[in-house]
Amino acid sequence: MATLTAAVRARRRRRPAERPPGGLGRTPISYAVLTLLGLFAILPVLVLLFNSLKTSLEIGTNPLGLPTSADFSNFAEAWRRGNMARGFANTAFLVVGTILGTWLMAGTAAYSLARLNPPAKRWIENYLFVIISLPVQMFIVPLFFLWVKLGLIDTLIGLVIIYVALNTPFSVLLLRTFLVGIPKELDEAARLDGANEWQIATRVIMPLSWPGFLTVGLVAGLGAYSELLFAVTFLIDVEKMPVATAFLQFSTGYSQLYNLVNAAGVIIVIPLIVLFLFMQRRFIAGLAASGTKG
Amino acid sequence: MTAAPTTLAEPTAREERKPISRRGRRRRSRLVAIAFLLPALALNLLVIGGPTVSSIVYSFTDWNGITSPEFTGLENWTNLVQDESFWNAIGHNFIYLLIFLTVPLAMGLLGAFMLSRIRRGAGLFRVLFFIPYLLVSVITAQIWRNILDPEFGIASALNAIGIHWLDGVYFFADENLALYSVAFVDNWHFWGFLVVLFLAAMQGVDASQYEAARIDGANAWHEFWHVVLPGIRPTLTFALTIIAIGSLLVYDYPFILTGGGPAGATDVASLMVNRTAFLERDAGYASAMALALSVLSAIFLVLFGFLRRREEEV
Repeated sequence: MATLTAAVRARRRRRPAERPPGGLGRTPISYAVLTLLGLFAILPVLVLLFNSLKTSLEIGTNPLGLPTSADFSNFAEAWRRGNMARGFANTAFLVVGTILGTWLMAGTAAYSLARLNPPAKRWIENYLFVIISLPVQMFIVPLFFLWVKLGLIDTLIGLVIIYVALNTPFSVLLLRTFLVGIPKELDEAARLDGANEWQIATRVIMPLSWPGFLTVGLVAGLGAYSELLFAVTFLIDVEKMPVATAFLQFSTGYSQLYNLVNAAGVIIVIPLIVLFLFMQRRFIAGLAASGTKG
Repeated sequence: MTAAPTTLAEPTAREERKPISRRGRRRRSRLVAIAFLLPALALNLLVIGGPTVSSIVYSFTDWNGITSPEFTGLENWTNLVQDESFWNAIGHNFIYLLIFLTVPLAMGLLGAFMLSRIRRGAGLFRVLFFIPYLLVSVITAQIWRNILDPEFGIASALNAIGIHWLDGVYFFADENLALYSVAFVDNWHFWGFLVVLFLAAMQGVDASQYEAARIDGANAWHEFWHVVLPGIRPTLTFALTIIAIGSLLVYDYPFILTGGGPAGATDVASLMVNRTAFLERDAGYASAMALALSVLSAIFLVLFGFLRRREEEV
């Protein structure tokens, strides 16, 4: 493992040198354009942060600028009034449930497709490709009334089942590419030692394909954290809403209290930004591969 | 795995199984393969496959979601063709599409190209560009609702320095501005993703081609037009595909910022499907609408699929 991470690090360090040597580049124009674009991207985020530190009085006189004094009481107030402890508990349930469910469902299916040679393999793979490009509007209406019938409407577990099902097709195809690359001799050897399929999958293959699982987990978890359409459609009770959906209610309820609403927004966004700064590469790879969000 | 051999590989059992030969073992491994696939496939049929098929069937009925549906033939479809509010919504989807095929695409290409030409600070810029894409849609909407608020936003900030251009401009409540304002917010959220996507593709372009262009005395524009753009064409097609599908199916920002209002000025197809199905309880009609929408997005997929295949042949 240590050698593997070392190799990854070495490659990372080598990369910039391989870039096209921008001979004409490194011009001031590039930096000027990039700075403008960077400000366009980041200034609105800073407004969110600044206004979360102001009193509601100050927002009236100083709507977009730096706060004159940092008032952290907004965060406690927003946490309490928005009942964010409950929201985060619901979100945690959704995120963890979705990640574990996707790992289990997509992991087993990808393992079968990549290494066990099931019948109708091509058909199943083609089916997955079609499913990936299917718009959710195609099945959301009957799904809603099916969930009503099954008593899964307005339950978090019902939403987790949907998220897992939505994540599985893409995850199967991604994990399959990781699993195909692991030499067959490894599981042959394990099989000779008397390990069964489940043991081979969890003890031999999983440890070798963890980057794939990490990417899949990240995409599934991020999706569950931010998803809106299914959450607002399939959950009715405020008590059950994840933090993002509850925020929507909160922001309409306190629409003029920008300091409070923005403080709640900062609380919701910070975990995402921190996670991103730690795992940039995997974030980008995962989101580019899924290409669904947005 | 260390403990497994002692419990599993009992010599007698192995001896007995030997005569069953390879065929028996192969059948057993087939069953295992199916067992590993089954949970995912069953879940998929329950949530996606099954409801998709019933959506098609229900589109020919007067289903209200609860009582058993009555077959109505093509009634939903003839109604849909004449439904002005549906065409109004689809029209907004196409305006959205036009905006997204130009503004974020240009910004994404510009950002990525400039990033590919610098070395110092590239990582920082990439992080800055990507942060809006990370934000949850409800927060992005909140940021811009605040900034574009006539009393507590940019209009009031401009007033402080004596500029009154934006006084009384309600970006999300003005019929003529609302759709563009919503698209603007969505674009702010999205374009950084394109930068990162395009940058990765540009770094994959063969460096010798840049050398060749430079020896020929190409300037930055020539380099972009003749080396970079052809080099990233597959990624460009991919971006066009997700933009087209995303614009047809857009839901989040119109839902959060305007709810389709004012007076239907930002209504889009997805909003209408949900409203028709879950508020008006006209699930059969909503299914027809959803199917029309899906066919439309399938057309785009096939179109871009062809484009991609042609590129591979070239």
